[in-house]
Amino acid sequence: MKTGTLRQILLITDGCSNHGEDPAATAALAYQQGIAVNVIGILDHDETEESSGLQEVEDIALSGGGVSQLVYSEALSQTVQMVTKQAVNQTLQGFVNKELKQILGENHRLEDLDPEKRGEIIEVVEDLGETSDLEVVILVDTSASMHHKLHMVKEALIDLSISLNARIGKNRFAIYSFPGKRKSIQKVLDWTPKLESVSSVFPKITSGGITPTGPAIREAMYQFGKKSLLRSFRHGNESDIEETGF
Amino acid sequence: MAMNRILKKQVSSIKPGTLIKGKFKGNTYLINGKLGEGAIGAVYLCQANRQVAALKISENQTSMSLEVNVLKSLEQVRGNRLGPALLDVDDWTAPNGRTFYFYVMEYVKGETVRDFFQKHGTSWLGPFMIQLLEDLEKLHQEGWVFGDLKTENLIVRSAPPRIRWVDVGGMTQIGRSIKEYTDFYDRGYWGLGSRRAEPSYDLFSFAIIFLEIFYPNRFPRPEKNRKKYIYQRIDQVKALKPYAPVLKKAISGKYQTSTEMKRELKQVLLLLRQRNNPRNPEENDGSGFKEAFWIFIISAFSFLLSFMI
Repeated sequence: MKTGTLRQILLITDGCSNHGEDPAATAALAYQQGIAVNVIGILDHDETEESSGLQEVEDIALSGGGVSQLVYSEALSQTVQMVTKQAVNQTLQGFVNKELKQILGENHRLEDLDPEKRGEIIEVVEDLGETSDLEVVILVDTSASMHHKLHMVKEALIDLSISLNARIGKNRFAIYSFPGKRKSIQKVLDWTPKLESVSSVFPKITSGGITPTGPAIREAMYQFGKKSLLRSFRHGNESDIEETGF
Repeated sequence: MAMNRILKKQVSSIKPGTLIKGKFKGNTYLINGKLGEGAIGAVYLCQANRQVAALKISENQTSMSLEVNVLKSLEQVRGNRLGPALLDVDDWTAPNGRTFYFYVMEYVKGETVRDFFQKHGTSWLGPFMIQLLEDLEKLHQEGWVFGDLKTENLIVRSAPPRIRWVDVGGMTQIGRSIKEYTDFYDRGYWGLGSRRAEPSYDLFSFAIIFLEIFYPNRFPRPEKNRKKYIYQRIDQVKALKPYAPVLKKAISGKYQTSTEMKRELKQVLLLLRQRNNPRNPEENDGSGFKEAFWIFIISAFSFLLSFMI
């Protein structure tokens, strides 16, 4: 298997989109383009994990082929880093499972192998996760309710940069916030290998009003196309995508 | 991931008396009680063929497989006990149909570092530092970094007291990104280095461990001057005074290898021993005086030199 570029969207929100198309639908669209959509839902202290507004978080990740996690803002740094790592592994395991099916037949998944063989395969997945190039569009919800959480989001993104830049593979990040001025998203930081520079440019104020999560995911998806320098992992494989879903 | 949370609860609430049977190899283990719980799974004390062992169980297939892989590669290091012996690896299908992943390892009995120091005082600081550094040295020479080095991952075996690590979940090959870490012990969190697996990564955590013994409630991370802040925390502990220069060098990443740090630490211990039971006080004082004399001469000379230039 060739080491390619993994493309991920990381959405950080406190839930409740209220404008434009269904975010789960646009997430599915992104997934079809080979971009996994991962979601971190930030909880308020009076919210429990069962709050209805946050069901959306899980739904988006499910249709986006990504990972989701709910978290209180204090634990955001660890979560952002963990979710990104899991997202990479999940995407890669999807590919590996597909390969396994081709070799061993339709009913074979990683779970069906005995732990010894499985260990060897998982080691390969881990290797790929470490060495693949990674492109992440980070999409930050800056609607009014996020106001007092933005500081933690900034810290978490700097921390993510520390983690990912320790990898052997190359990274590129871009940060967008939503809603934008007269647009669904607003560029915060253009494609860059280091997120440290975010300190100076990160929005300190929220943009208020609507939460157009669906349109924002759609726009985020196009950001990958804008710099089509690197080959996608799924290049030329679009027809098989249904099989990778789990 | 609501489902994940429910599973996690299941993993950490397996009742004593539960029989766990391997799906592939068929070995059975009787659960006796819980030993601990981490980010990835829970560890139970279990009975296997009249032998007592530790069983780690989790719903996280990837992490468990990787841990087993680490344990296996450590076993290939001949004569070195760098991790617990691995006894069995298998899956378990719970009565509700869910699959869990487990492995069985040698049970290492001991007390927590904190309990030990509360009982025995700080005279064991030096020996434990050396013991831990020797283990790290071997591990690093084998091409691994411990990663998630923290007080909770250490225990003290008794008679004679020996500090040992128990959880290998964070072990990472040198040159890769650290697999698992805990903020307080992570140099990346403090802004004092990368999360790349290098010996110096462990040595930072090492210094924090010995500092944390004296700050059981830990301390907050300031916005600025973090290195200076940690230095101050070190300086405030009287018992750490002799070790302060070594710990500070570890904090600032000045040691490239654990061997270097061990060498300097041994010098500190030697000096301490000489000071505590001076066999020949005159000679000691004499050498101290001689040293001070030379330092004076050299500094005076360089002072003059700086004037001339």
